[in-house]
Amino acid sequence: MRERSYVVWLLLIALLLLLVINPLARLLWASFQHPETGAFTLENYVAAYGRWRHVEALVNSLVIGVAVALLCTVFGVPMAWAVSRTDMPAKGLVWAAVLGTFIMPNYLGAVAWILMAGPNAGWLNRIYTTLTAAEAGPFNVYSKAGLVLVIACYSFPYMFVFTRSALDLISSEMEDAASTLGAGALRTTLRVTLPLALPAILGAFIVEFLEAIALFGTPALIALPARFQVMTTMLWQMFEFPPRVQVAAAYAMPLLLVTVFLFWLQYRIMARKGYVALTGKGGDRRLVRLGPWRWVLLGYCLLVTSLSFFMPILVVLQAAFARAWGRGFSWDNVTTRNLRFVLLEQTATRAATLNTFVYAAAASVIALVLALAIAYIVARRLVPLGRTLTYVAMAPFVIPGIVLAIGFYAAYTARPLVLYGTAWILILAFATRFLPIAYTNSDAALRSINPELEDAARILGAGRLLSLRRIVAPLLRRGLAGAFILVFIPATRELSSAIFLYTTGTQVLSVLLFDKSDEGNFEVLSSMGLILVVVTVALVLVGFRMVGRDFLLRRTAT
Amino acid sequence: MSRLVLSSISRRFGGVTAVDRVSLTLQAGEFVSLLGPSGCGKTTTLRMVAGFLDPSEGTIEMDGRRLSSPGATVPPEKRNMSMIFQSYAIWPNMTVAQNVAFGLEVRRLPRDEIRIKVRRILDVVQMGHLEGRYPQELSGGQQQRVALARAIVVQPTVLLLDEPLSNLDANLREEMRYEIRRLHDEFHITTIYVTHDQAEAMVTSDRIAVMNQGRIEQVDAPRALYARPRTRFVAGFIGRTNLLGGLVRGDDVVFDHFTIGRERFPDGAALQGPVSFSLRPQAIHLHRQSPAASAHVCVIPGVVAQRAYLGEHWDYTVRPAGSALALRVTARPHEVFDLEEKVWLELDPRQMALLEPE
Repeated sequence: MRERSYVVWLLLIALLLLLVINPLARLLWASFQHPETGAFTLENYVAAYGRWRHVEALVNSLVIGVAVALLCTVFGVPMAWAVSRTDMPAKGLVWAAVLGTFIMPNYLGAVAWILMAGPNAGWLNRIYTTLTAAEAGPFNVYSKAGLVLVIACYSFPYMFVFTRSALDLISSEMEDAASTLGAGALRTTLRVTLPLALPAILGAFIVEFLEAIALFGTPALIALPARFQVMTTMLWQMFEFPPRVQVAAAYAMPLLLVTVFLFWLQYRIMARKGYVALTGKGGDRRLVRLGPWRWVLLGYCLLVTSLSFFMPILVVLQAAFARAWGRGFSWDNVTTRNLRFVLLEQTATRAATLNTFVYAAAASVIALVLALAIAYIVARRLVPLGRTLTYVAMAPFVIPGIVLAIGFYAAYTARPLVLYGTAWILILAFATRFLPIAYTNSDAALRSINPELEDAARILGAGRLLSLRRIVAPLLRRGLAGAFILVFIPATRELSSAIFLYTTGTQVLSVLLFDKSDEGNFEVLSSMGLILVVVTVALVLVGFRMVGRDFLLRRTAT
Repeated sequence: MSRLVLSSISRRFGGVTAVDRVSLTLQAGEFVSLLGPSGCGKTTTLRMVAGFLDPSEGTIEMDGRRLSSPGATVPPEKRNMSMIFQSYAIWPNMTVAQNVAFGLEVRRLPRDEIRIKVRRILDVVQMGHLEGRYPQELSGGQQQRVALARAIVVQPTVLLLDEPLSNLDANLREEMRYEIRRLHDEFHITTIYVTHDQAEAMVTSDRIAVMNQGRIEQVDAPRALYARPRTRFVAGFIGRTNLLGGLVRGDDVVFDHFTIGRERFPDGAALQGPVSFSLRPQAIHLHRQSPAASAHVCVIPGVVAQRAYLGEHWDYTVRPAGSALALRVTARPHEVFDLEEKVWLELDPRQMALLEPE
C-alpha cells in the first residue's frame, strides 16, 4: 500500500529532473541541431572550432588556468602551513584576511585591481611614479599576467582551506618519528609533512584550475579591454544578437567534459588510500618553532593578503565614498552620493538591488526545499534507485555556471515551458547552480537527526507528513539556517549564469555592475560591490553566531 | 490487550536473509522477549511488527486482523502500537509534557483530558515534577521514564521495546528492568521486548524467544530455558555451561573417560547414538572425599586445572581423570581447592539437558 506522501516525492523528483537533467539534455541536443531546420548536424562543432580565434580563446583559457593554479599554490600552501603548523604570530589576522578575500566577489576584486594597477592612473603606478620620478608606472592589469594575478587572488582561499585541513590532520607523532631518526625541522617538513598533504594540494590545484577556466566576471572585465579572449568571454560573444545557441552549446562541450573528468580525478586523488591514513585522530600537535623566521613568514602572509584583500578593499571603499576616485584620500573628496544614487535615486540600480536579494532568497528556498526532500527520499529509501538522485542533485557542482546558463537558455526559451524573459529563469538557474551546496548541507543536517525520532512519532499515530512537520522540520531549522546563508551568499553575487539569462527588468547587481563597467564610472561600480560585501559580511556574522566558525568551509568539503 | 500472531515471517535484504520463517504467538497481556546476539534478526522482527518494514514472506495478525503481509502492510501510524527505542527518541524540541501529550494530540483527545492523562502517567513513572523540562536537562534514566510514559499513555494494543536499556549504566539498568516489569504488571499491555542481555530478559519476561541467525531456536519461560536448553546455542547463550558429548553403547552413555548408566537420565530409554548434553557449572559439586554414589549422583575423580576467585563464588576448571575435558564448576567462596588437587566431581544426570543434534 503506497503512502499518501508518495505523490509529493514524485513531484519533487520531477522538479529535480526539470532543473538538472533537462537543461543538460537540451544543451547536448542543441549542439547537434541545425539552427534553422533542427535536423541532426555536426556543423555547430565545425563553426565552434573551425576558427583560429575560437581555438586561441580555448588555449588562452587552459594556459591561464594552469598559471592561476600554480600561483594559488605559491600563495596558499605556505600560508596554510604557517597557520596550521608553526608558531607564526597574528594567525587570527591572517585567517580573517583570507575570509575577507573569500567574501569579495571576484569581479569586485577585478574592479579594485583596475583601480590599483590600471595603466597610468592606477594607484600602484601613481605611487611608483611619485617615488621614482619615472614617466609611467610598470603595472598594467590589462594583460594576461594581470588576469592571472587577479583570478589567483580570489581563488587561492580554496588552496589555503584544502591544504590547511589536511595539515590539521597530520599528527605530530608522524613528524616526531622523522625527527627521532635525525631529520631536522626543514627536512621533516619537506619530506614528511608536505608529502602527506600532497593529495589535498593536488586536489585543490584541480579545483583552482576549474574555477579559473569557468570564471566569467574577471576575464570579461580585464581580458576584453586587453583585447584577448578566453572561452567564457567567447561564449558570451556568441550570445550577442542574434544568439547562436547551437554553436555556443557545441563550443561549451569540451569545457563541460574537462570539468567532469577533472572533478572525477580530484575525487579519486582525495579518496586515495594514502590520504585515508590522515583522517584518523589528529593526535597531539605541536607547532614548529621558527625563531626569527616567523616574522618573515608573517610578512609573506600579509603581502599576499594585501594583494587579495587589504589594498583592494581600501581602494573600493575609497572609490565608493569618493566624488572622483582619482582625487585620492582627502575629506573634501568624501561623499555618500554614489551609495544614495545606487540604492535610492537611479531606478535601474534600485530595482537591481531589490532583484538581487529577492532572487537569491527565492533561489535559496527552492534549492533548500528540493535538496532536503531529495536527501530525505534517499536517506529513507522511499523510491527505488535513490542513490542516483544524489548524483543528479550533486551534478551542478561539476557544471560551469556559464554552461548551465546555456543549457537553461536552450531548455526554457522555447515551448512547452517558456521561462526566458521572466525572473523565474534566473531564480531556477541560481537554485540549480547552488543545489549541491544545499544538498550537502541538507544531507548532513538530516543525518544528524536520529531516524528513531521520526519513527517514534509514526508509531504514536502520526503519518509521515505530520511527523516531518512536527518533529523533523523543527529539528532541522538550525542546521538549515546555515545552509540558507551558504546558498544565499553566492546567489547574490552570481554573474556567470545571470549574464546569459537576464532581460530588461530582471537585472541583478552583478549584471548591472558588469554592464556599467565600460562606462568607467568606478565610484558607482564600487558602491554596488560594497553593498554586496556588506550584506555578505552581515550574513557571515549571523552564520558564525548560529552555526559556528567552520560553517563557511563546509562549502568546500563536498 | 491484544493477541498477536507472527506466522512464518521472513525478511530479506538483497541476498541476505535477516529473519527466517519466524513464528510466534503472544497471548493477550503476555510479555515476551526476543533474545539473541547482535545481527540475529530480533530488531528486524520487531520493526516488522511495528510496520516499519514489510515482511518478504509470512503474515502478522492482531486479534484476527491481518496487519502485515508481503506488499500489503498497515503503516505504523495505523496500528495503535507503541514503541520504545534504543535512543529513547525523546523529541528535543518539546518538553516532557509535550512529548507525552503528542500521541494523545494525534488521537484528537480534548485538551483537558490530555492534561489529566499526561499528569497521571507522569506520576506513575515518577516524573511528575519534571514535566516542564526539556530532554537535554534530563538524565538517561529520566529520559527512559519519559519514553515509557509516552508509549503507555496512548493505551497501545501492543508495546514494543527495542533494547531500551542498552544506553544506561549498570546500576540504572538493573533498576529499570524492575520498573518495566512493574509497569507491565500494572497495565498488562501485550509486550515484545528486544534485548541481547539475558538478565534483562529473565527479569522482565513471561516467556523468552531465543533467536540466532534469523531463526527462533527456543521459546520458553525463563526457568525452563535455563534448566532445559534444547540447542547448543541456547545452552551457551543463556548463562555459562559445559557441553558434554557422549555415545550410547548398550546400557551406558560413554563420555570421555567416564560413563553414566542410561537409566539414570530422564527418558534414558530413548537415547541412542551420539548425544550431547548441557550441564551448568552450578550443577556440579566438588568434594575432597568421594561422596556416596546414589541413584541421582554420579561421582567422577578429577584434578583442579585452573581456578579464579570472583568474590561471590569460585570458578574452577576441573579435568576428569585421564580425560581431555575441562569442566567448569562454580563453588561457594568457602569451598577452597588448590591447583592440581585431586577432587571428586559430583553430578546429577537429571540436570543434564539433552541437546538437539546439530
